[in-house]
Amino acid sequence: MPTILFLGAGSDMAVAMARKYAAQQYDIQLAARHAAALIPLQQDLIIRYGVNVTVHTFDATACDTHAAFFNALPVQPDITVCAFGYLGDQEQAQQHWQEAAAIIHTNYTGAVSILNVVAENYEARKTGTIIGISSVAGERGRQSNYIYGSAKAGFTAYLSGLRNRLFRSGVHVMSVQPGFVNTRMTQHLNLPPLLTASPEAVAAAVYKAGKRRKNSIYVKWHWKYIMLIIKLIPEGIFKKLKL
Amino acid sequence: MQKRLANWGNFPTVASEESAFTQEDQLRNFVETNTRLIARGNGRCYGDASLGQHSISMLRYDKFLSFDPENGILETQAGVTLDQILDIIVPKGWFLPVTPGTKFITVGGAVASDVHGKNHHVDGAFSGHIIDMDVIIGSGVTTTCSQTLLPDLFWATCGGMGLTGVITRVKFHLKKIETAYIRQKQIKAKNLEEVIRLFEEYKHYTYSMAWIDCLQKGDSFGRSILIVGEHATPEELSSAQQAAPLTLPAKRKLSVPFNLPSFVLNTFTVKAFNWLYYGKNFKREISNVVPYEPFFYPLDAILHWNRGYGKAGFVQYQFVLPLEKKDGLVAILKRISEKGWGSFLAVLKVFGNQDSLISFPMEGYTLALDFPVRKGLFPFLDELDEIVLQYGGRLYLSKDARMKQEIFWKSYPNANRFAEIVQTYNTSQRFASLQSDRLLLTK
Repeated sequence: MPTILFLGAGSDMAVAMARKYAAQQYDIQLAARHAAALIPLQQDLIIRYGVNVTVHTFDATACDTHAAFFNALPVQPDITVCAFGYLGDQEQAQQHWQEAAAIIHTNYTGAVSILNVVAENYEARKTGTIIGISSVAGERGRQSNYIYGSAKAGFTAYLSGLRNRLFRSGVHVMSVQPGFVNTRMTQHLNLPPLLTASPEAVAAAVYKAGKRRKNSIYVKWHWKYIMLIIKLIPEGIFKKLKL
Repeated sequence: MQKRLANWGNFPTVASEESAFTQEDQLRNFVETNTRLIARGNGRCYGDASLGQHSISMLRYDKFLSFDPENGILETQAGVTLDQILDIIVPKGWFLPVTPGTKFITVGGAVASDVHGKNHHVDGAFSGHIIDMDVIIGSGVTTTCSQTLLPDLFWATCGGMGLTGVITRVKFHLKKIETAYIRQKQIKAKNLEEVIRLFEEYKHYTYSMAWIDCLQKGDSFGRSILIVGEHATPEELSSAQQAAPLTLPAKRKLSVPFNLPSFVLNTFTVKAFNWLYYGKNFKREISNVVPYEPFFYPLDAILHWNRGYGKAGFVQYQFVLPLEKKDGLVAILKRISEKGWGSFLAVLKVFGNQDSLISFPMEGYTLALDFPVRKGLFPFLDELDEIVLQYGGRLYLSKDARMKQEIFWKSYPNANRFAEIVQTYNTSQRFASLQSDRLLLTK
């Protein structure tokens, strides 16, 4: 059976994706900062789907541990999903470097660090799939969340470069821009229902697109056009908008 | 996030701040630092029991924790729904020990309402099958309880409508089955007398309930169809079913896509429906083998059937009367049939004996019927309440959205003891719902 690794497995989206892949009989590796907190999910996947599930400690911001982490996995995963992220607080991040650094290091530096390790492995083996959960926030900087957005922009650019590099080795890289998703990370926000996906919808879209080896996806089709419009607004006008 | 929430009756609708959790430490922390909280599962109780200022959505607290397929013991987080459980356990030869008429409820909700099923006279309510459970009480501490460990907390939590705290984990016994099918028998009864006699005659059946037509008068007053069943054995299945006795054939789901205008369900249409339903059984007695789903969950096949009652919503009125108070049942049914407001579905069942603190069931007759919300409904239900009280009965808190507080305090014999225990564990009244405020259990 193929094996899939979830980095940042505690997030609502990762839980939904783990269930989706487990339902397709993938063996699952769950990794997050607090491995103990993943044990209920591990039991859940085993009981519901009868697959093998292991849990692993992984700290996205502890970059010097990443190579050791990956090499210590009991099985080299066929698919690696980079699902960790930190929304943070934009205003805090403007005033306090600590918050800005946390946003940048979780969403960008940490992701680059671990995926560098994974990419080397997959390139050498000439097989594997990398799925990166990025964000529509990375497509154009807006005053309300540009620190998070710029980290995700960096991550999206990283993924596209990686896709270009690994294409010749037969390794596939997919970027996912979920748009609004109903999760704990966003539960305090008032999100427009029409544009908001459930974690299960994200999981289904990722699974389907992964099968078809898509390069980059939005979960709800509206986002493709919304982002197209947002990207087409001339900067002279865009800078005056309250977004 | 501020949301408009309503339960299955679509009445009442309230603004509520909803928070969801997947990790116990976050949930504990939230309980410690907030007040006026109420845990909420899938919103399938009918009234206002799980509505409040701050609701804690348990739907993402939905992990299976352990399953012992040898001994039939299951342990889950409170947000797992019964339909998810059935998907896992039925193919392994196990069934829920007790199930209500919908499988779209959470385990936490099953405990908080201490749900009963068609087998109450044989197997009791859900609480009787619990091994132990965890509750986050008012102090923010996760507290394990069972019939022997902190029994006061245990019994005040079973049927306690979430007032002792947030149920987070439940471990319970399952029931062994050989097939996913039910051998059922449907028997027509001409009137109430006959159906009551039939209940007695068929009481050795594990599952029994009757559909009753509340709008009939005279000789046909209370005409019914009694439905009884047993888990089928492999020998009772057709050869096609025998090939995979624990697997159900796949089925399409129907849904009511939007609220129907409230005039759709009136005396005429309800009469027509009841006439068709009663008339479809040509023979007095029908015996057949059916999958468990239509037997236990006939209405789950139509998602959002509650929208059939329109935007104003409906109230489901369920009461129980002691076994010897049959005339009370007649009195209430008479009032309903005179009024002509009878419901689409009225379900009659005989409960067995149950020792509990605050759970609804007691030995006797229970009747459940729907009333669309309309002018004059609440005064009418107040009149029915008086009759229920007069005959020593009580109302099901999971269905209730409007009972006056004095009815509750007079009809539940252990109300005072329950309130005391709630005060012990629900420190600084951290947990409160619209219902508990209305019944003066909190505030």
